[in-house]
Amino acid sequence: MELIITFIQKAIGQGIAILFGATGEIATEKSGNLNLGIPGIMYMGGISGLMGSFFYELGHQNPSPGVGALIAVVCTLVASALGGLIYSVLTITLRANQNVVGLALTTFGTGFGNFFGGSISKLAGGVGQISVMTTASAFQKKLPGLSELPVIGPVFFSYGFLTYLSIVLSVLMFLFLNRTRMGLNLRAVGEDPATADAAGINVSAYKYAATISGAAIAGLGGLYFVMEYLGGTWTNNGFGDRGWLAIALVILALWNPLSAVWGSIVFGGLYIIYIYIPGLNRAAQELYKMLPYLVTIIVLVITSKRNKEEKQPPASLGSSYFREER
Amino acid sequence: MEEYAIELQGVTKSFGSVLANDHVNLTLKKGEILAILGENGSGKTTLMNMLSGIYFPDEGTIRINGKEVVIRSPRDAFELGIGMVHQHFKLINVFTAAENIILGLEGKNILSRRDMEKEVAEKIRQIAEKYGFDIDPYQKVYNMSVSQKQTVEIIKIIYRGADIFILDEPTAVLTPQETKKLFAVLRNMQEAGKSIIIITHKLNEVLEISDRVAILRKGKSIREIRTSGAVAEFLTEMMFEGKTFLDINRSEPEDRGVRISMEGVSVRAADGVLKLDNVSFKVSAGEILGVAGISGSGQKELVEAIAGLQKAETGKIVYYPPEGEAKLLSSMAPSEISKTGVKLAFVPEDRLGMGLVGSMDLTDNMMLRSYNEGKGFFADRRAPRELAEDVVKKLEVVTPGVNTPVRRLSGGNVQKVLVGREIASSPTVLMVAYPARGLDVSSAYTIYNLLNEQKEAGAAVICVGEDLDVLLELCDRIMVLSGGKLTGIVDARSASKEDIGMLMIGEGMKQ
Repeated sequence: MELIITFIQKAIGQGIAILFGATGEIATEKSGNLNLGIPGIMYMGGISGLMGSFFYELGHQNPSPGVGALIAVVCTLVASALGGLIYSVLTITLRANQNVVGLALTTFGTGFGNFFGGSISKLAGGVGQISVMTTASAFQKKLPGLSELPVIGPVFFSYGFLTYLSIVLSVLMFLFLNRTRMGLNLRAVGEDPATADAAGINVSAYKYAATISGAAIAGLGGLYFVMEYLGGTWTNNGFGDRGWLAIALVILALWNPLSAVWGSIVFGGLYIIYIYIPGLNRAAQELYKMLPYLVTIIVLVITSKRNKEEKQPPASLGSSYFREER
Repeated sequence: MEEYAIELQGVTKSFGSVLANDHVNLTLKKGEILAILGENGSGKTTLMNMLSGIYFPDEGTIRINGKEVVIRSPRDAFELGIGMVHQHFKLINVFTAAENIILGLEGKNILSRRDMEKEVAEKIRQIAEKYGFDIDPYQKVYNMSVSQKQTVEIIKIIYRGADIFILDEPTAVLTPQETKKLFAVLRNMQEAGKSIIIITHKLNEVLEISDRVAILRKGKSIREIRTSGAVAEFLTEMMFEGKTFLDINRSEPEDRGVRISMEGVSVRAADGVLKLDNVSFKVSAGEILGVAGISGSGQKELVEAIAGLQKAETGKIVYYPPEGEAKLLSSMAPSEISKTGVKLAFVPEDRLGMGLVGSMDLTDNMMLRSYNEGKGFFADRRAPRELAEDVVKKLEVVTPGVNTPVRRLSGGNVQKVLVGREIASSPTVLMVAYPARGLDVSSAYTIYNLLNEQKEAGAAVICVGEDLDVLLELCDRIMVLSGGKLTGIVDARSASKEDIGMLMIGEGMKQ
């Protein structure tokens, strides 16, 4: 029993970073932009939040956890939105190839994270020495009272505020996309920008807004990992391939933010299940780590077989739009 | 001044070195239906796109209701009360009719189901009732027929409160009955005081629906005249001034023996639907066999089965070459079939979808047929280049040169390139589907005469068409498909349009 509760806890812990990334990527893809820069943007978001709070704590005798957390969140949002802005300018205004720009951005973002992570490690006195314990404590603060309940407590209430924020964001994203006029317009832009344009929708504005806010949301996933998951420290390449899992999750969830919520927990569980299976050697562990991708492929195969129109990716995903093209 | 809804003066637009509109003048009176006639590439669509905000004019002035305006975007256009139904519908497939109609409109941001029903769906139904449309606001666009989609487009414009309507070739994809319905709706709209511009190639429709006709030639406006005084011949003469006019010279077919015989062939689509149901027929060398039917009755599957692109589930397709042994096509790969001289020129709804690659130039597109000929490691570019130049000259393709990407050409010219390439390989069996779709009269006749040449040269020609008048004039025999079944084969010289119409809706053979 205890083992199962721990497993669920850890699965959720793994899943939340991926969920942020997936929610952001869904918003982006619904506008027709396939932002493969999300893994890099999550690195940028993570390290920026960490840097912000690191310098805050460095400069104050008695840093306050609340202020530290606020600084971290703002730094993260700004840095990852900036990543989204770079991507938007290149693909929307200059109409560069989305895949190339995205992959370049991921390479850049990972390097950005590792460079500054290494730099502040040096300032802090050595590898693994960065610690923003005060700020991290704000991120790791559990719900008082509720988290002490047996079983229900650890499973549902033992997490920091970013965990709940990620789920709330996904639900809001779902409502935005499916129940609002702006959501309808955004989906139209992703399906067929020429049609949206002819209907009087400002295609570029929607693409910019969706891509930049999508990147900002994804960046929070990086912050979650650094603060709540790692407890306010940095290891180079520590975030690993979670950014790619986020993109895979978008496909698994079939572009539905609500499905992404349970999907992220499934992914999180599959990602760490090798720890809970006794007697695996290193090689077998690596094979088990493939499971999330394997599941994504299976879902892709099944949905493409079923061929239902609503479950398809946005029709203009990956292509840029120019009104006078002929 | 008040009586004009639209006045265009000296409007000019160029794309690179191509001058699409050259100082065009045009007027639309309030409450009238104006038809715009012109050859392919004469700049009709470009001109209308400037009114609807897709393109921005290089020069010239636009006046709407007497006031000079600048139209920078589609949004500007519909704020001025201009709505356009494009040739390729601007609809989102995964949305419902209602969602498509309110797309981009301002209003309460939250869309609850109740609001959709009370405000949107109700208003749509009112419009439908007023003008005589038939629509379900909650039907998804991907489940709709072409004419239903067009209905959504028109309602979308009315919903937005437009009073100037532009319809770009609205009847090109409609059956005769659907066209009648559309015209009835247009007349209702005219009675309600709307002004309408309609682009069409079909002269009889111009005469039937319009009050005045404006004629464009090579990007210039030629004349505007009252329809009542115009006769078809006069109009065509104005459109193609200086060109000799052509009839389809149908020669008597010479029976030179059967080329293809199909016996009990059934084809099932990927989603399990039976598209072709136990079809048997023969086609001989030296004849043109027309294939008619409501769109989606199995025409595409029929020609694709012969070309080997679709597997026949049952039955067999046999090819009898002029010399040598009969071959069983139904067991051969498409590339082998193509080598035997059976050629398919399929002109799909989007002309670039099949057969041509938009970003490649004319020469490269010619090479798509011949790239695997020759022995060397490098492809031979000279022969396709000559072929491209030949096609350009013979079919009067309007292009800056053979190195221009096909996507830059206008629709009709793209089509000439496609058909020209297939005919050039001197096939023994030539299959064409919608060879003149969207082409103007003179280009269409160029293509029909090419088909006739092929027939006289001894090819068996299968022509899938949608314009019954043309099929009756062009073909020797016409086979009619309905829901994948062969409902009859008639003699094109004696059959009437009504006979074929009955067969199309599956009423069986009239003996």
